[in-house]
Amino acid sequence: MKKNLVLLLLSLTLLFSFSFAQEQASGGTDLNPNAISSETERLGSMLQLSDIPNDGGGGIEINWTLNDSLSNYFITIIRREGNIKKIVASDLLASSGQVRDVNSDENKSNVKDGTEYFYTAVLSEYAVSQEILDYLVCDSLDMEAMTIADANQVYLISDESGPVKSKASWFNLERLTVLISAIIITFLFLLYLQLARKGKELYIRKISGLDAVEEAVGRSTEMGKPIMYILGIGYVTDIPTIAGLTILGRVSKKVAEYETKILVPSYDPVVMTTAQEVVKEAFTEAGRPDLYNKNDIMYITQDQFGYAAGVDGMMLREKPGAVFLQGLFFAESLILAETGHSIGAIQIAGTTETAQLPFFVAACDYTLIGEEMMAASVYLQKDPLMLSSIAAEDVMKVIIIIILLIGLILGILGPGMHIEFFDKLFNLLIEIL
Amino acid sequence: MAISTSIWIWISALLTLAIYSFLYKDNPFYKFAEYLLVGISIGYGISVYWHNTIITKVYNPLVHDKDFLVIIPLLLGLLMFSRFFKNYSHLSRIPIAFIVGAGTGLSIPSSFEFLFKQVQGTMPTAFTIGNLIIIIGVITTLIYFFFSMEHKGFIGKVSRVGITFIMIAFGAAFGYTIMARISLFIGRIQFLLSDWLGIIK
Repeated sequence: MKKNLVLLLLSLTLLFSFSFAQEQASGGTDLNPNAISSETERLGSMLQLSDIPNDGGGGIEINWTLNDSLSNYFITIIRREGNIKKIVASDLLASSGQVRDVNSDENKSNVKDGTEYFYTAVLSEYAVSQEILDYLVCDSLDMEAMTIADANQVYLISDESGPVKSKASWFNLERLTVLISAIIITFLFLLYLQLARKGKELYIRKISGLDAVEEAVGRSTEMGKPIMYILGIGYVTDIPTIAGLTILGRVSKKVAEYETKILVPSYDPVVMTTAQEVVKEAFTEAGRPDLYNKNDIMYITQDQFGYAAGVDGMMLREKPGAVFLQGLFFAESLILAETGHSIGAIQIAGTTETAQLPFFVAACDYTLIGEEMMAASVYLQKDPLMLSSIAAEDVMKVIIIIILLIGLILGILGPGMHIEFFDKLFNLLIEIL
Repeated sequence: MAISTSIWIWISALLTLAIYSFLYKDNPFYKFAEYLLVGISIGYGISVYWHNTIITKVYNPLVHDKDFLVIIPLLLGLLMFSRFFKNYSHLSRIPIAFIVGAGTGLSIPSSFEFLFKQVQGTMPTAFTIGNLIIIIGVITTLIYFFFSMEHKGFIGKVSRVGITFIMIAFGAAFGYTIMARISLFIGRIQFLLSDWLGIIK
């Protein structure tokens, strides 16, 4: 019924002048169908279709360019696969110039690789009604039509573009720089590893926070208090959590040597299980597996502030002599660090979250800033082979500094002093990065 | 405005006060609120896992979509339960190793990309004092994080400039975050005085 009504209106639109359509649209709108009709000839096959490059398939990129008079219009994109039509996007601003038809978690076979697709654009001055959207995908829609209309406005239809097929790429060329960097750092790592094996002494600078680990464990033992190790609210796939677990191994070994107790309240069940394994192994390494109690590494909750409340309460009741905050922390960082400070515990914190580091610096005795935390496991173990990774990282930093200095010089001479040659070089460098 | 007659507002207000009582010292009211929060969040978490993981990612693909590849992660997940059996508990290391390995591997390219974005963002597009400070700040901070060199002499001086930049950034971040926390505190006080007691509008 609705489709018939729309068709009737379409006929009326073709019979009567566009000015009449403007009156139909009335309701105070500024519809100017004459402006639309003047564009009718120009729309043509306006959509440029291409497979999305460097992806895993299942994606089509749709681009278009319009003249300024249509930039404030809305655009709706229809896809045709054989006789099946689908609305890809509706009521986009025509000035956006691009939309992607891709697979999603909800619809993993939206765009099938190797299938031919055709696309059509519909331009309108106002948002498209549901009736029109239904009509656009119905079988009776004549894809050759240049305009349709309803009671409110006239819709301008482009020629159908296509076919286009999506395909998966073997390589993501946008990540070429990442590949080159990975090769460089692997080469540097292997080089320093070889040098370390040949007996070259590799140096690691003093990290005060880590020198204090023994002091903190010793102090707790003397006071007869346990040690609390908080891994934050990260998951086991987060790099700071992995670094925190590595430091936990070293701290646990000291704890076992000093025959004291370590408490590890955990946020994530998998982190808890991993922490149990790490502590168990450390106790075994120290020759005291009998001291290991898996109930000391417990699950609290996966709610951020529930975790903070639980750990705070535990701190007040257990009164640990030393608190380690090593991992991924967010808004709960200051709550935890302040409570640790209030019970007089020696606190050693470390995270890569720059927004939380200031709180740790303010409330803790020692703080491992960012990469210091990553270097901690090497520092605590001082294994010559592991030191090679630190040396390789430092060389990588030198390379970054050199790139920055080149960028600075090119930036001054190119965009700064408008020398075309350097401007091109600067843009090339930005593109490579 | 009058004092609230809603039971939920009263519960919220009393629990808020119970949590704030921690500022004085640990007490039974705080303990009650703490255990309630932890307990409810665990219960809620289980229901979220049930619906978002077990049903959406295991049951539906397996039963409705006949996607039998789901059996592989399902078996890996089930191996975590081997911890309940002493003789087989070592099997739980397999899924842990898989998660840690995959997580670390996947984060390497994204870390590189993030690094390049930062380098790109540091590049100056005009010669201004601000851009120069950014460049000096970034380079000296990078030198502070050199671990294989002793921080003495020239390197020592440069790294000291680097840590000064870091501390200035921390100071700014501290102030900014405190402002945000104060606004959260104001929100809670407004709730107590307005929604609960009706003292202010």
